Amino acid sequence: MSAAHTGPDGGRAAAHGAADRPRLTTRLVGEHALLVELDSGSAVEALHAALLERREAGSLPPVREIVPAARTVLLDGVHDPRALAADLPSWDVPAQPAPARDTVELPVRYDGPDLAEVAALWGVPVDEVARIHAATEFRVAFCGFAPGFGYLTGLPERYATPRRATPRTSVPPGSVALAGPYTGVYPRSSPGGWQLIGTTDAVLWDHTRVPAALLAPGTRVRFVPAGPAVRP
Amino acid sequence: MTDSAVAVIRAGALTTVQDLGRPGHAHLGVPRSGALDRPAALLANRLVGNGTSAAVLETTLTGCALRPRRTLTAAVTGAHCSVTVDGRPAAWGAPVRVPAGALLDIGHARAGVRSYVALSGGVAAEPVLGSRSTDLLSGLGPAPLADGTVLPLGVAGGPYARVDTAPQPRPPVELVLRVTLGPRADWCTHEALKTLTTRAYRVSPASNRIGLRTEGPPLERAIPGELPSEGLVSGAVQVPPDGRPVVFLADHPTTGGYPVVAVVREADLWAAAQAVPGTPVRFVL
Repeated sequence: MSAAHTGPDGGRAAAHGAADRPRLTTRLVGEHALLVELDSGSAVEALHAALLERREAGSLPPVREIVPAARTVLLDGVHDPRALAADLPSWDVPAQPAPARDTVELPVRYDGPDLAEVAALWGVPVDEVARIHAATEFRVAFCGFAPGFGYLTGLPERYATPRRATPRTSVPPGSVALAGPYTGVYPRSSPGGWQLIGTTDAVLWDHTRVPAALLAPGTRVRFVPAGPAVRP
Repeated sequence: MTDSAVAVIRAGALTTVQDLGRPGHAHLGVPRSGALDRPAALLANRLVGNGTSAAVLETTLTGCALRPRRTLTAAVTGAHCSVTVDGRPAAWGAPVRVPAGALLDIGHARAGVRSYVALSGGVAAEPVLGSRSTDLLSGLGPAPLADGTVLPLGVAGGPYARVDTAPQPRPPVELVLRVTLGPRADWCTHEALKTLTTRAYRVSPASNRIGLRTEGPPLERAIPGELPSEGLVSGAVQVPPDGRPVVFLADHPTTGGYPVVAVVREADLWAAAQAVPGTPVRFVL
């Protein structure tokens, strides 16, 4: 018994020499959703961009949610996910998605309580953590955990950071944090196991604002070092 | 505050404002939320002449008591319970006239978990992203009701339904959840999938609006660890490290890393909202 829905041609649309055809696997998720699995974060980004373009152009069947994640895109609220699964492998998806729209700049003070630990993990002096982080162009790979929380990719693999052995019961809002390959900013106070390296005053989520979320999948992000924390 | 409002005299264990939820924002980490027993909420609105998107109150086991400041029509559906107006018995599952200043009391659930209270005009709490639903996972929407809360009401629309009682399903004696396997059934052993679809589980008291937790034989994983986070749907049957399947309901997180081995049909999820702890659960293919 296999969980994976295999499409008419076996599900895995391996690239038949066509570099612009995505390598993808489709899996049915219940009766009205489809999980598309890709082999890299950039392939997820490319397919996500293509899905949004097609929805904008009216050429995508109605879908309630398009949820990109680390290696997948979930399409939920689809009338006929089998038909979409059969159609997807024939799409031409540019390997490089459209150039970034705006870049969001987040002012940051690199004053987190885990800076020294991260520096030790990376094998660099403490100052270097801030320099490396601020020099990185990040992209919101996906959101989750809490409204407005983005999983930002962009740090080189060698700077992947393990979670804390014991999560904190309360992480202050605006905390800039690292876990695995990701950087994130806590939109509000919550428990959390990520390593805290800094603080931003940017408001990540405000439901009275349009758009409510400062970061959405695909948003480019730069952290701009601000002055030292002003302590009252 | 205008007279078009209702005061909460007894909030009950957990009473929240719910409508049909806020779909379309999962990519921002925003759960869909909305009434857990949607057919019951829709029926309550229909009985008082509200539109389908009007907000109702969702109680949990112990009901609530309300004092409207204007005369209105109310209807209580979902979990079966006593309904009184100023102490006099009134109908459950039918339109009830509540004069201005009278006390509408929704009693403890006799069967089922969640009662739905529609008030003509609907609860007009401030919408967030197009919905008035309380989302207990991410804290969006109005806070759960507290004694003394005053909720604004909308303008009453259509006429109430001329019915004595509306037919409603009984709360499940046994919760039968039809599932399709996948998307990550391969993360469990064949034996575990057989266990899931043949053995009996029970509704755990730790269940809430986020998920229906179960007690029963743990499912053995074929692949240990976590997946890279991926999108989740309502009805997803997730297998956490303890092996006891969790069925995700309206306030579920939008992404997660534990494998989803099966998905419950949407039509069967509403009954899950009414299954009291201890109710036997069967997952059937």
